[in-house]
Amino acid sequence: MSQKIRVVIAKPGLDGHDRGAKVIARALRDAGMEVIYTGLRQTPEQIVAAALQEDADAIGLSILSGAHMHICPRLMELLGEKGLQDVLVVVGGIIPDVDIPKLNEMGIRGVFLPGTPMQDIVDFINRNARSRVGI
Amino acid sequence: MPRGFGAAGSNVVSVVSGFSRTYNELNMKTATPAKGTLPERKRLFTTISGRPVEELYTPDDIASLDYQRDLADPGEFPYTRGIHPTGYRGKLWTMRQFAGFGTPEETNERYRQLLKAGGTGLSVAFDLPTLMGRDPDHELSLGEVGKCGVNVTSLADMETLFDGIDLAGITTSMTINSPASMIFAMYLVVAEKQGGGWRSLSGTIQNDILKEFIAQKEYIYPPRPSMRLITDVFTFCVEHVPRWNTISVSGYHIREAGATAAQELAFTLRDGVEYVQYGVDAGLDVDEFAPRLSFFFNSHSDFFEEIAKYRAARRIWAHVMRDRFKAKSPRSWQLRFHSQTAGVSLTAQQPYNNVVRTALQAMAAVLGGTQSLHTNSLDEALALPTADAATLALRTQQIIAHETGVTNIVDPLGGSYFVEKLTRDLEEETLAYFDTIDRMGGMVEAIEQGYPQREIAESSYRFQQAVEQRDKVIVGVNDFVAADHQPIQLLYIDDSASVRQLEKLERLRATRDNGRVQRALDVLKEGAKGAVNTMPLLIEAVRAYATVGEMCDALREVWGEYEETPII
Repeated sequence: MSQKIRVVIAKPGLDGHDRGAKVIARALRDAGMEVIYTGLRQTPEQIVAAALQEDADAIGLSILSGAHMHICPRLMELLGEKGLQDVLVVVGGIIPDVDIPKLNEMGIRGVFLPGTPMQDIVDFINRNARSRVGI
Repeated sequence: MPRGFGAAGSNVVSVVSGFSRTYNELNMKTATPAKGTLPERKRLFTTISGRPVEELYTPDDIASLDYQRDLADPGEFPYTRGIHPTGYRGKLWTMRQFAGFGTPEETNERYRQLLKAGGTGLSVAFDLPTLMGRDPDHELSLGEVGKCGVNVTSLADMETLFDGIDLAGITTSMTINSPASMIFAMYLVVAEKQGGGWRSLSGTIQNDILKEFIAQKEYIYPPRPSMRLITDVFTFCVEHVPRWNTISVSGYHIREAGATAAQELAFTLRDGVEYVQYGVDAGLDVDEFAPRLSFFFNSHSDFFEEIAKYRAARRIWAHVMRDRFKAKSPRSWQLRFHSQTAGVSLTAQQPYNNVVRTALQAMAAVLGGTQSLHTNSLDEALALPTADAATLALRTQQIIAHETGVTNIVDPLGGSYFVEKLTRDLEEETLAYFDTIDRMGGMVEAIEQGYPQREIAESSYRFQQAVEQRDKVIVGVNDFVAADHQPIQLLYIDDSASVRQLEKLERLRATRDNGRVQRALDVLKEGAKGAVNTMPLLIEAVRAYATVGEMCDALREVWGEYEETPII
């Protein structure tokens, strides 16, 4: 029996608009993943701690406030420090086009804009989450 | 066979039902064979809220309505057709464009431009640190200063924000909730410094904490002390700022979070009931403060359902105020509302389509009798609007107002079989929600149990599934998709606002009378522990140039912070 992919869904920053985060959390769960939703206003430190504690294969961040260029670098730096470079990180929300290559460059592999079908995100995580084989 | 049709003399007795049954019979005769030759496109036709819709509505559907009792002329109880006898003939709605970004200096410039372009009121969008009661130097403010709105840290920023704008000559709406009293105190002090009195000052603070717990999640304190801040504003304004709208009970965010039209209506109006109850419990006479309550609804894409929603809102509120709270003044019975087109309906794909969506949504709000309106800009699924996009959004309203002719008639859809039936259905669904929430002990209790949050999460997931299955088509997203992606010019907010606001904060702390600030904050804390009105204490702290973060922290020390249990 294959083990389920474990995903931490997090809402960093001060924003409380959690519709997207919650819908995605539920869609991933319905697609057979193990989903841990952190709730609101998580610092990058708290998100990394949750990923470590939950043995996450992927982290999904929902950011609509425009703070992504501050939150994401910090998160990636902390993941590196904890030796979690192999955890897949994806971001969804209101992200200007010009920032997408910058986010990709810092190691965020999926950036999903408004209107993305849930199935696309499910497929992306299924394809790219770190393999649990041999863990 | 219609009941009683064959009985002696019955053709005289049941004229209404006799005719209406004939209408339905006729429809079956013509529609059924038509469906054989041209099958319907869907098995079930529904509104955007998932409400099933029939192919045709007839007098049968509104047979139980009584014109005087249920509709009445505009300006007459229960105000289904509007609160003004002449609708928009006397006065158009206020075209109020929500705006704010970066520093108070930048936003002040945008306001002057909007007023020059014919905007008739201001509407302040604050950034997240301000909305959450955090100063720019707090760790959670990282990257958020000036991003989603304007940053206001202290009275000094408020003075800059309204520089050169005569507060006595405009009305200002401020979208602020947890720190509403602090920001309102700043506005009052700015008005005072401009030489104006408070008694004639007019505008609105959103000040609606219940929908924060339900939907938008910008709460600070637990529900009960939060409710006290609100009743303190009610009480203060009755005496000192009688023309101020002390609260804008908001369904907008509830809808954006995924509620159906009926849920938006039900939770918003039930929130309104809760505020009135708390005001009455605080010892206020209902007719003293109820006329200053206003509402704020979403204007979504399902045209008729939205129009019916506004009409139902007025009827329900009139009954609630007269029958439940025994209000005597017609002004307490009349529901006034602001509306905003649905941000959630905007798409990042093919952004020019958003102009069309917004125009149609705005039309629904106007046909529903809105008192003021914000139209979203085409680029808002991508960023805060550029000046050009914001101007186009305003022009959309002006075209509706001056070119389409819809403002010549009051409630032009009144009497439509479909709209009247929908109005009644939404009313019934709302009243059923009222019963459920009343049984829980009230809205505060329902929120504590996660009830509205769960209902909304469920609806939002169901809608998303309908989109995934293309049961609901979103043009440019799940159908009619364009092969190439044409980028548009966007407003990019850099970090300069953060840098400047941090500098100003540092300078403020170095130059103000810090002893006076500390004393004011100590008095505030003592007051919060007791039962005195917090407004005068906040005004004193504001005069001393205490920051939003400092004032909110003082109350955090006394009341603690709220943490929700997330419901997926």
